[in-house]
Amino acid sequence: MDILIPAILTIITAATPLLFAALGELVTEKSGVLNLGVEGMMIMGAVIGFVVVHYTGSSVLAILASMLAGALLATVFAMLILVFHASQVPTGLALTIFGLGLSALIGQSMIGIAYDGIPKISIPVLSELPIIGEIFFHQDILVYLSLLMVIVVWWFLNKTRSGLILRAVGDSHDAAHAMGYSVFKIRLLATLFGGAMAGVGGAYLSLSYSPLWVEGMTAGRGWIALALVVFASWRVGRVLLGAYLFGGITILQLHAQALGIGIPSQVMSMLPYLATIVVLVLISRDKKQIKLNAPASLGKAFQPSR
Amino acid sequence: MNLNSNSADCSLVFVFLLARFVGSGLNLSFSQFFIHLLDFLKIIFFNEIAILASFENKMQESSYLLELKNISKSFPGVLANDSIDLKISSGEIHALLGENGAGKSTLVKMIYGILKPDSGEIWFENKATSIKSPAHARELGVAMVFQHFSLFDSLTVVENISLGMNHQSNLKQLAKQITELSNRYGLPLDPDRHVYTLSVGERQRIEIIRCLLQEPKLLIMDEPTSVLTPQEVEKLFVTLKRLANEGLAILYISHKLDEIKSLCHDATILRLGKKVATVSVDTESTGSLAAMMMGEELQAFKHPDAIELGKIRLKVKNLNVKANDPLGISLKGINLNVRAGEVVGIAGVAGNGQDELLTVLNGENLNYQAGTIQIEAQTATKLNPNQRRLLGMASVPEKRLGHGAMPEMDLTDNAFLTAYERMSLIKRFLISYKKTRNFTQNIIKEYSVKTPNEDAPAESLSGGNLQKFIIGRELSQEPTILMVSQPTWGVDTGAAQTIREALRELASKGTAVLVISQDLDELMEISDRIGAICGGVLSRFYPTSEMNIEKVGLLMAGVELDLNLNLNSDQDQDQDKTKLQGNNINAA
Repeated sequence: MDILIPAILTIITAATPLLFAALGELVTEKSGVLNLGVEGMMIMGAVIGFVVVHYTGSSVLAILASMLAGALLATVFAMLILVFHASQVPTGLALTIFGLGLSALIGQSMIGIAYDGIPKISIPVLSELPIIGEIFFHQDILVYLSLLMVIVVWWFLNKTRSGLILRAVGDSHDAAHAMGYSVFKIRLLATLFGGAMAGVGGAYLSLSYSPLWVEGMTAGRGWIALALVVFASWRVGRVLLGAYLFGGITILQLHAQALGIGIPSQVMSMLPYLATIVVLVLISRDKKQIKLNAPASLGKAFQPSR
Repeated sequence: MNLNSNSADCSLVFVFLLARFVGSGLNLSFSQFFIHLLDFLKIIFFNEIAILASFENKMQESSYLLELKNISKSFPGVLANDSIDLKISSGEIHALLGENGAGKSTLVKMIYGILKPDSGEIWFENKATSIKSPAHARELGVAMVFQHFSLFDSLTVVENISLGMNHQSNLKQLAKQITELSNRYGLPLDPDRHVYTLSVGERQRIEIIRCLLQEPKLLIMDEPTSVLTPQEVEKLFVTLKRLANEGLAILYISHKLDEIKSLCHDATILRLGKKVATVSVDTESTGSLAAMMMGEELQAFKHPDAIELGKIRLKVKNLNVKANDPLGISLKGINLNVRAGEVVGIAGVAGNGQDELLTVLNGENLNYQAGTIQIEAQTATKLNPNQRRLLGMASVPEKRLGHGAMPEMDLTDNAFLTAYERMSLIKRFLISYKKTRNFTQNIIKEYSVKTPNEDAPAESLSGGNLQKFIIGRELSQEPTILMVSQPTWGVDTGAAQTIREALRELASKGTAVLVISQDLDELMEISDRIGAICGGVLSRFYPTSEMNIEKVGLLMAGVELDLNLNLNSDQDQDQDKTKLQGNNINAA
């Protein structure tokens, strides 16, 4: 028990940034936009969140600012691919490189500054429960928000008309256009939502996970989030499952080392990535599921014909 | 008579205003008095204009539901519509007839609010209307069934239909409505099925039901029968006639003259963006309609009386191919012989394994489970496309851009890509551009491809011209086996005739020709033997002389023919058919 509770707590903290970024990317991809710039948007969220909390001391302002930062970077991406019809893959890659560079520039003076982390919120009564109380009801606001977003995104995509329209645009932009839906508007909004979510995911890293600023602190989490969306075959429930699985494996190395298991830490660090590949291969055997859930016009530029 | 009542209105208003004016004028200052005077004059003046306008409206009032007046629309370099007039009244089935590129689609898109006219007026229910968007068109009562369905494969029927409705509706309620409506009009449809599991005919039903749910006044149908079997067409026509009887106006776009003869009341004929005429269909023959559509008389194709059959050039035995794509079609037990000198036609509704068959035969897909392919009596089962080409096989796939030709590459490069071995266009490991250019120029000249020169990228050519180029490229290599998928799809009638003649001529020179097409008239016209593919199963082949459209239709539905079959009692066959279609869906 002494090991289990902290382990579960760290799994949650490791999973939360992935969950944010992957949920955002899920919505973006469902609209047919493949934004490979998740890593860049995450790290912008991380640095802006940290800068704002350093100067204002308000974690709420910091979270909002990190959303804005992610969304702003997503706007750049959306303009390039939706207005200028740039190819989505290289544009997304460029966005990541741009985000990493810009965040390093912005965060230069922040290196070495510490922050206490955003406060935890205890839910009265429930947090008193043994074990469960500490795990589920004594977390910071972002953890609650991430779980809430799972429900919101699921509800939005599957139960609302706007969600249906968004899925329709991702399935066939030509048909959606012919019916009079604005492919541009829907894709823009979905991309912005993806950016804001990636921004919050990044902010969680610099405000709560390890409350300080280090260059390149996202350390490839944006890429894992991207892989997660595919691994989950674009389904919200599986994104949740996947994020916690990857979170668990990421954290495994720390606790395995603490327990003195003699596996080189480098091997342990490989695990999440290896797991991604293995799971992807296993999942992609069921082609029908993928075909059914994958947005058919993913990554394709839309130019309305006459 | 209307004028009388209007002037009575006018004088009443006048008296009323005068009374008010006089009454108020008694205890008002001068400035106020002046303002009132102005008001008074203004009201009188505008009232007069309104009366005049309403009078004018009444003069123009007619029984037309939709009236287009002098509609023009141009795109960079093209005048797509040149002052077109069109009138449709309720309960009328009106044909819009024209070749590809005549401007039918452009015109219809303006009625549906996708495009806006450059000039001219659209009158709907006797009001000049500017149709802003498809949603606005639907609100007015215009519904449209698209040629290429606007459906979302991964969504269910009810979700698809809900997307085409203006008002948000409860999906469960909508599903109930769909079932009701589909039963009423004999268009069975399960609202909870995913679209990708449905046949093309069923997909079209979704579109029609979606339109009918909006209780439209005008239904536009863009070439609705191009994807249906003859039997499905017949059922569709019964439904359409019933809808027209119930007062719906239908604008029916097509270039199939027989259909227009049997379905429509009036026809408006377009050619090169201009209106040729509006005629009553009953008084015209298909020949005269065709002449108006093309501006020239079409010479009937002459089918050779007797053909000499040579040796078997292509022999396929027991071919089984499992689909790579989960939504693709698996080919089962394909047997096929094509002899020198004959044209063999394969009919079939789109998506029944035509693409899969062609890619297996031409060597693109070598991933099959069982069976042999022989070219000129040599086993070719494991040969790749180039090796098969060297043996004399050429193929023209259905998709022109991206499969038959590289869109961004110019015509010379495109010619080189399939012809380099047979035409020996490589000299000491390098491309011989002089030779390639000559070869390309010859194709352009011989097949009258409309292009500025051989350096134009393939994507800049119109569909028909590109098809002429691709077919020309393959024919110039003098293949001994030629396989063509949809040879004349989207090609205008004149060019289609040229292509068909070229195929026939090639056969008469001893080439084995295999044509896969959805156009039954075309197959009946050019093939010597005809069969059909349904759900990945190839039917037996029958001499064309013993076939008719109905029989081919049965083959397309997967029903094996007994040639003594009595085609009039097709009650049981219908059941057979639905059973078979059910099987296809399960297999897919």
